[in-house]
Amino acid sequence: MSANLRFRNPELAQNIAKKIREVAPKKGQVKICHVCGTHEWTITHFGLRSLLPENVEVIAGPGCPVCIVPAAEIDEAVLLAKQGQVITCFGDLLRVPGSESSLLEAKAAGADVRIVYALSDAVEMAKKEPEKDFVFHAVGFETTAPITAVEALGDLPKNFSFLVSHRLIPPAMELLLGVGDLEIDGFLAPGHVSAIIGLKPYELFTRVYRMPTVVAGFEPNDVLMAIYMVVKQHSENDAKLENEYSRVVKPEGNKKAQEMIEKAFEVVAGNWRGIGRLPDSALQLRESLAQYDARKKYGVKVEQGKDILLGCECHLVIIGKIKPKECPMFLKACTPAKPVGACMVSSEGTCRVWAKNVAANSP
Amino acid sequence: MLMCLAIPAKILSLQGEKAQVDFGQGVLRDVNVSLVEAKLGDYVLVHAGYAIQILEEKEALETLSLWNDVLASTGE
Ligand code: SF4
Repeated sequence: MSANLRFRNPELAQNIAKKIREVAPKKGQVKICHVCGTHEWTITHFGLRSLLPENVEVIAGPGCPVCIVPAAEIDEAVLLAKQGQVITCFGDLLRVPGSESSLLEAKAAGADVRIVYALSDAVEMAKKEPEKDFVFHAVGFETTAPITAVEALGDLPKNFSFLVSHRLIPPAMELLLGVGDLEIDGFLAPGHVSAIIGLKPYELFTRVYRMPTVVAGFEPNDVLMAIYMVVKQHSENDAKLENEYSRVVKPEGNKKAQEMIEKAFEVVAGNWRGIGRLPDSALQLRESLAQYDARKKYGVKVEQGKDILLGCECHLVIIGKIKPKECPMFLKACTPAKPVGACMVSSEGTCRVWAKNVAANSP
Repeated sequence: MLMCLAIPAKILSLQGEKAQVDFGQGVLRDVNVSLVEAKLGDYVLVHAGYAIQILEEKEALETLSLWNDVLASTGE
């Protein structure tokens, strides 16, 4: 796809930036919030903030699915690992702190914890080693949930189950609008979550909250263009739902994936690290799939965990209230090599993304 | 690995719910395509080993032409 290159073209980026300056208000601040770790990566890696006028600010909301898994659910994984189940997960989860221990520490202490690239790899392992019990710690937003659904509804071996920590993005966006002094003026909606859920779930934000909302792709020019669209709406006092990423996001989303999610899961309240409990924000395997629900299968349920370590400001970073460099530990006591909080552990965590691109963010 | 990240790849062969895809520069992998109605030669977006959507080349070109229109318009 030769068109792909255009989505990164720096000259085009400069032109879009010029357009943003043209439509930006002369007075007052425009604060745009995204909720996706990959958006933060694009923005930071390509130094997009430096292209924006001073009064247009882009902040990062709770877009890192690994960071918002509460400590209690890591504790459940650690507990299962210590009981002798083989825990499989994506690499990012390994070092996320639980209340006492991370999965990596459990592994160092002798538990069988394995990183997989794809869920199907974990299922294959379980088939090859029928004498062991396998648990996949399923983390991720709507982009990842249908994958868990496909396997849960498929042909799973008896020795396989899920520890489900899936969360839903729209409830987290709605939460941000209630955070007193955050004062968001518009949303960049996450492209790959939207590829699954479509546009409808965001209508609430334009209709009820009058928030300009633009679904954005992940190339630098996608993000800039979406920022332009939000700023323009803001200046025109408009509140529309627009789709910058139509090459991937269809208005109806991916129906097949939605059906799979619906079949496999029910929507329940869920805890988010640094945020607390949000109604209708988590997925749980349906009763008909209870034999694949590790919590039910092994009777494991941790109610309370220690989410934030003393001195770590992850709870403020996650909702976009402060920037990583405002945390006193950032790049001092807390580094990618020795992370303190979840936001520094995951490659999508805001602190981690900033740490890897310090130069791009120091004005 | 970025968990919201999805990468485009071209479908080279299909067998049931499995497909061999090309991520470009000769990087080939098997992915699961049960979430999409993909045909041979389609570009799909792959997330954690599963295709989650089909990429529309027509839409990609339309996006670019929309951008050109925006950029050509004069600022107020
Ligand atoms: S820099 Fe480290 S300690 Fe500070 S908020 Fe981020 S993760 Fe927490």
